Amino acid sequence: MPGISQFSNGRRYQVTGFASLKLVITAAVCSATFVVAGRAESPAVHNCTWCHSTQGVAPAPRLAGQTYQYLENQLADFRTHRRDNPLSIQYMWDATANLSTQSTRDLAMYFSRMPPKAAGDGDAELVAMGKKIYQEGLPDSNIVACVVCHGPNAEGVGQIPRLSGLASSYLKRRLEQWGQGYHAAAGPPMPDIARKLSPEQMEAIASYLSFIR
Amino acid sequence: MSSLKLILQIAILTVALAGAAAADERPAAPKASVQAKLSYCKDCHGPSAQGYFGFFPIPRLAGQQTAYLENQLRAFLEHRRTNNVMFNVAHALSPEMMAALALSLHQLNPLPIGGAPRQLAAEGKRIFEDGVPDANVAACAACHGPEATGTGEIPRLAGQLYPYVVKELTNWGIERGQNAAKPDTSAVMSPVAHSLSKSQIEAVAAFVSYLK
Repeated sequence: MPGISQFSNGRRYQVTGFASLKLVITAAVCSATFVVAGRAESPAVHNCTWCHSTQGVAPAPRLAGQTYQYLENQLADFRTHRRDNPLSIQYMWDATANLSTQSTRDLAMYFSRMPPKAAGDGDAELVAMGKKIYQEGLPDSNIVACVVCHGPNAEGVGQIPRLSGLASSYLKRRLEQWGQGYHAAAGPPMPDIARKLSPEQMEAIASYLSFIR
Repeated sequence: MSSLKLILQIAILTVALAGAAAADERPAAPKASVQAKLSYCKDCHGPSAQGYFGFFPIPRLAGQQTAYLENQLRAFLEHRRTNNVMFNVAHALSPEMMAALALSLHQLNPLPIGGAPRQLAAEGKRIFEDGVPDANVAACAACHGPEATGTGEIPRLAGQLYPYVVKELTNWGIERGQNAAKPDTSAVMSPVAHSLSKSQIEAVAAFVSYLK
């Protein structure tokens, strides 16, 4: 099992920043009785928005406008420990431990219906390069075009996630971690694709996506 | 009128198939780069090239006819078939690589991925086997074969993704045969695609998607 020690130094501050919240969240999630989870005033939604916020950039990835099926699948993957990224282990495994199937669906529906906003935290100078890789791929390097699965505006569909407007720090971290073998249980093709991307290419794709909506 | 059309179609096909059969011996592409490129194909088309439901439907390539695969790759390059992504993909392939990939993909035989509305399959079977005589549409089986396996430049349809077949038949006239200077076998399908109604297209697509 990959441990938190494998984190790059650049991520450590985030881990520490979250740490105090972890107990709060875990306690709240475990004690809350979810009658109707998918409402703004429900304890379940509050437990999510502590970290995920309700809009724009938050410490944890933005959920607003994410595809319903993807959200439901990820919550299930956290609960069954199939998604084993370091921050997933640290926060989401506990946060989803007591989620019922109905609450999972309610939360996924609630966040999927919120209008997405662009984080816009990427490197503007890398946007053109990122856009080219996203739309056309790099055929000479055997890197496929992201657009085919994630859509012309990175809006996602079904179980394929929306990428547009997510924080570039999150997108880059996910690409790095696919390449390092995390969340391998999700299956192809992302681990294979991510392994072929250079750090600069990851940065470029993440930057481009962070600015579009 | 309809028999004249059929004779014309058969004539075009005969020429096309003769061309495909005359393919000569070519030097082989290096094995390691073929494997890397094949893995790249599978990133989109699925781990067994069984197809994938992306934002756009990504067709099954497994078990596809080699002549069809090579012809389509060239069609992207020559702007006979419009698809920006596949134009870029094909642009990076040598003729030897195209041949090697086509052969490898032809040899795969995964089960169909399914997902089509099953209740449409019975009507689709009728159209596939008997055509739509009132609309002057020949039986699909006549060219694609009773098992929908295709031959030469005529594609295998068995196991092809439902939304992909629907999309291709619906968009035939704006996606295939787009280079007036280079007419190709896609012309054979134009009147067929044009004559089928939306529900008939969906029925045939559902039927072939479940064929192994």
